[in-house]
Amino acid sequence: MKQREVVIIGAGPGGLCAAQKLLEGGAKVCLIDRNASLGGQLIKQTHKFFGSEKQYASKRGIDIMEILISSLTQYGDQLEIMTETSVVGMYSDKVIACVKKDKFFKIQAQSIILATGASEKSIPFENNDLPGVYAAGAVQTLMNEYGVKPGDNVLMVGSGNIGLIVSYQLMQAGINVKALVEAAPSISGYLVHASKIRRLGVDILTNTSVKRAIGSEQVKQVEIWDLDPTWQGIEGSERILDVDTICISVGLAPLTELLQQLGAEVRYIKELGGNVPVIDKRYETTVKGVYACGDVVGIEEASSAMVEGKITGLNALEDLGYDIRASRLEMKALHEELKFLRDGPHAAKVRAGYLKRGMLT
Amino acid sequence: MNPKDVIICRCSDVTLQDLYDLFEQGYDTFEELKRVKRVGMGPCQANTCGKMVQWEIAKYYGKPLEEVEFHNMRPFTLGVKLKSIKEAADDEDE
Repeated sequence: MKQREVVIIGAGPGGLCAAQKLLEGGAKVCLIDRNASLGGQLIKQTHKFFGSEKQYASKRGIDIMEILISSLTQYGDQLEIMTETSVVGMYSDKVIACVKKDKFFKIQAQSIILATGASEKSIPFENNDLPGVYAAGAVQTLMNEYGVKPGDNVLMVGSGNIGLIVSYQLMQAGINVKALVEAAPSISGYLVHASKIRRLGVDILTNTSVKRAIGSEQVKQVEIWDLDPTWQGIEGSERILDVDTICISVGLAPLTELLQQLGAEVRYIKELGGNVPVIDKRYETTVKGVYACGDVVGIEEASSAMVEGKITGLNALEDLGYDIRASRLEMKALHEELKFLRDGPHAAKVRAGYLKRGMLT
Repeated sequence: MNPKDVIICRCSDVTLQDLYDLFEQGYDTFEELKRVKRVGMGPCQANTCGKMVQWEIAKYYGKPLEEVEFHNMRPFTLGVKLKSIKEAADDEDE
């Protein structure tokens, strides 16, 4: 079995920032990602970020990715990168089972940082298995990563930031966004994103949902309807739109399966996206030496994931016996930074979630 | 809405109607549904259908989502060839 000091699972913004702090402090890092390249979801983020200057606000996600990756290149053998490697199992003694192109192997880790991110939620409606029904992340991958148009006429479902941003990106690619429906009574993403697509003439229909997709081989039309205050569809309010693509963007769910396999405690906190690990202020889970950061601990922005990654990296470093006294001020600043990012009305949900978690920083 | 045409679990082709039928019979946990109908046991390991199944249980039985127990998650998260496991074991013996 391979022996490794720290294993980081997931090389998105959280994992990359954790790696950076651990490497700076002198630890040996093994960074695992199932994709062929590092960066996680940042590769699809062709828009400029908000948040704070320290977390690269006004830069595009894809450029932030380059900055984060290039900061790791100076470490040589201290950093081992395993791409196209899936972690398929985790055990309470910190043994990690991996598969890389049909090669199976196990790693015994001293410390583990889980930065596995999230998966996209879905919704049930009639004919939801027709080709042409996509998750928003898949549409972003097709368009922004591979340059492939998903369709010509799109109905966007969900008005969170992803739904709003992907609508805009579809229009940038010359695709017609017929409308955006939102089941809730109000738009859930940032007003600035919503205004942008409204200015371009896209109707945002609140209290509205998809009743069914229509088509035999693929989506040809979609039937939408109004919802009453109990979220039930109102008979007689149905109308049909001609679309070939239905793009689902109804939120993200933390990918906690590996944490659950290893026996870390998980609880349901709606505001953070569903099942999330129980963590302390140091981002350590209920299993000693196992930490988590980024979307897997609660759905937030990439900027928070980066800060959490750094905090987690420093804490893991300390627990491994490295002297982090010189980083005390930095740690304090990072916690301040998180507080700043979670301030304001757009982060009310996240604050409610952290209140339930008993760790409102 | 015709629940027969609403796919909940794409991997194992489980429809909303299938869930309703099982609810009628009294099944009320994800763990049971999984054993009876293989919902959530395909390649995605409930990463797509999981939340929808929880939601449907909550709705049918009138429980808050917090009280709907999630299913157990066991290794492996992906299909792994027995050959790969054997080769790894052989390597360790050497």
